[in-house]
Amino acid sequence: MSATTPDVIDHLLGIAPGSRLDAIRAQRPAARENAQKTYLALFAPDLPGDVTPQERFAVAAFVARLHGDGEVSAFYASQLAAHAGDTGLAEAIAAEAAQAAAHGPYGSYPPGPLSVEDTAGPLHHVAAAHRHVLGARLAAAIEHAHLLVLHPRDASPQALQALLDAGWSTTGIVTLSQLVAFLSFQFRVIAGLRVLAASA
Amino acid sequence: MTDTAITYPAGAKPNAFTQAEIGWRPWLPPLPEEDLTERHMAGLVEPARAKNPYFRLLVRDPDVLQARTRTDKDIFYNTKAGLPRAERELAAAAASRSNGCIYCASVHARFASHYSKRTEDVQRLLDQGVGVDLGDLWRAVVAASVALTATPIAFGPEHVARLRAVGLDDLAIADVIHGAAFFNWANRLMLSLGEPEPPAAG
Repeated sequence: MSATTPDVIDHLLGIAPGSRLDAIRAQRPAARENAQKTYLALFAPDLPGDVTPQERFAVAAFVARLHGDGEVSAFYASQLAAHAGDTGLAEAIAAEAAQAAAHGPYGSYPPGPLSVEDTAGPLHHVAAAHRHVLGARLAAAIEHAHLLVLHPRDASPQALQALLDAGWSTTGIVTLSQLVAFLSFQFRVIAGLRVLAASA
Repeated sequence: MTDTAITYPAGAKPNAFTQAEIGWRPWLPPLPEEDLTERHMAGLVEPARAKNPYFRLLVRDPDVLQARTRTDKDIFYNTKAGLPRAERELAAAAASRSNGCIYCASVHARFASHYSKRTEDVQRLLDQGVGVDLGDLWRAVVAASVALTATPIAFGPEHVARLRAVGLDDLAIADVIHGAAFFNWANRLMLSLGEPEPPAAG
C-alpha cells in the first residue's frame, strides 16, 4: 500500500504539483515525507501491532468529527465505513462524535497557582445504546480520545488504567495515543495551509 | 500479563509554568533498555534516546516514533529560509501554554529564550498567559499558535493577515503552522502518558 498511497495532506488540500502549497511543502521535504510515513505506520502498519484496523479508523473518524472539518471528517468516515461494513459501527461513531462535540482545550492544572485557570468542560461517556456496537475496548478508546482531543491536561494514570482494564495492552495504548495525537497535528496542518492558500 | 498504570506518591511536583529544567516520569512502563532490538533503535533515531524513559515508552511502536521524530526535526531544525528558530520555539511554547503542558512549555520556553535572548518576555508568556503583549511579531505568532491549538481549530484569514503584516512570507507562515501543529501532537503524548517531576535532587 505504501508505495501507491497518495500523500494524505496533499490529497485533502487538493494540492496539485507546481501549485503554491506544493512549493511551500517542498521546502520542508522531510516533514512532508514523514507526516505521510506516520499516517501509514498508523493506518497501514507493516506489522499489525496491538490495535485492529477497525479500531484505528473508528477512533480516527471520531477524532476528525470533533475537529469539525467537513472534508477531513468525510475522508476518515469513508475509511471507517470501508472497514466497518454494515455493522452499524460507522453510524454509532458519528452519533457519539455529534454528542461529544465541545470547545477545547479545557481542563484542570495540578493544584496551585494555575488553579485559577482551571476551565470546566464535559467528560464523554459512550451511550449505553452504542456500547454493545463498539464493545468495551473501543468504547474505552473513544472516551480516552475525547480526553486527549479536548482536555488533555485532565489526563491521569487512572485514565490509562481504564484502558488497561478494558483490554488494552501498554503497547496498544502507545499506538492509540500516537494516533489521536498525530491526527491532532495532521488536521492542524491541513486547516492552517488551507487558510494560507486562500490568502493572497 | 496486564500492565498496571504507574502512580507516584503525592508530593511536590511542578504546578506552575517555568523555564527551569524539570523532569518527566511515565505512567506506563517503558521498554527496558536491554530489551531494545535493532528495530527499536531505528525507531529512536538517536541512540542516546535509549536512556530516556519517554522515548523508551514511545518506542513500543517504533515505526510511528521514527516518523514522528523525523517530522519534528525538519519542522524545528531545517533552517533553510522560513521562520527563525526563536519564533518556531515560541510557537511550540505558545501551543504548550495553551494546552497546559507544563513539561513541554518548560523545554520550549527555554529554547525560545536561548535563541531570542528575550528570557523575560518568554517568562511573561508563561506567567501571564497567551494574551500577553510581547510586541507585534510575537503577538502574531502566539495568536496564530493559540488559534491553531483550539478544537475546533480557530485559525483564520485574520491570523495569516497579522503574520504577513509583521513581515512573514509564505514559508515562514507555514513554519508557524507546523510548529504549533506539531506541539498539538507532542503535548498530547507528554500530558497523557506521564507527568512532570521536580528536578533530580543534587
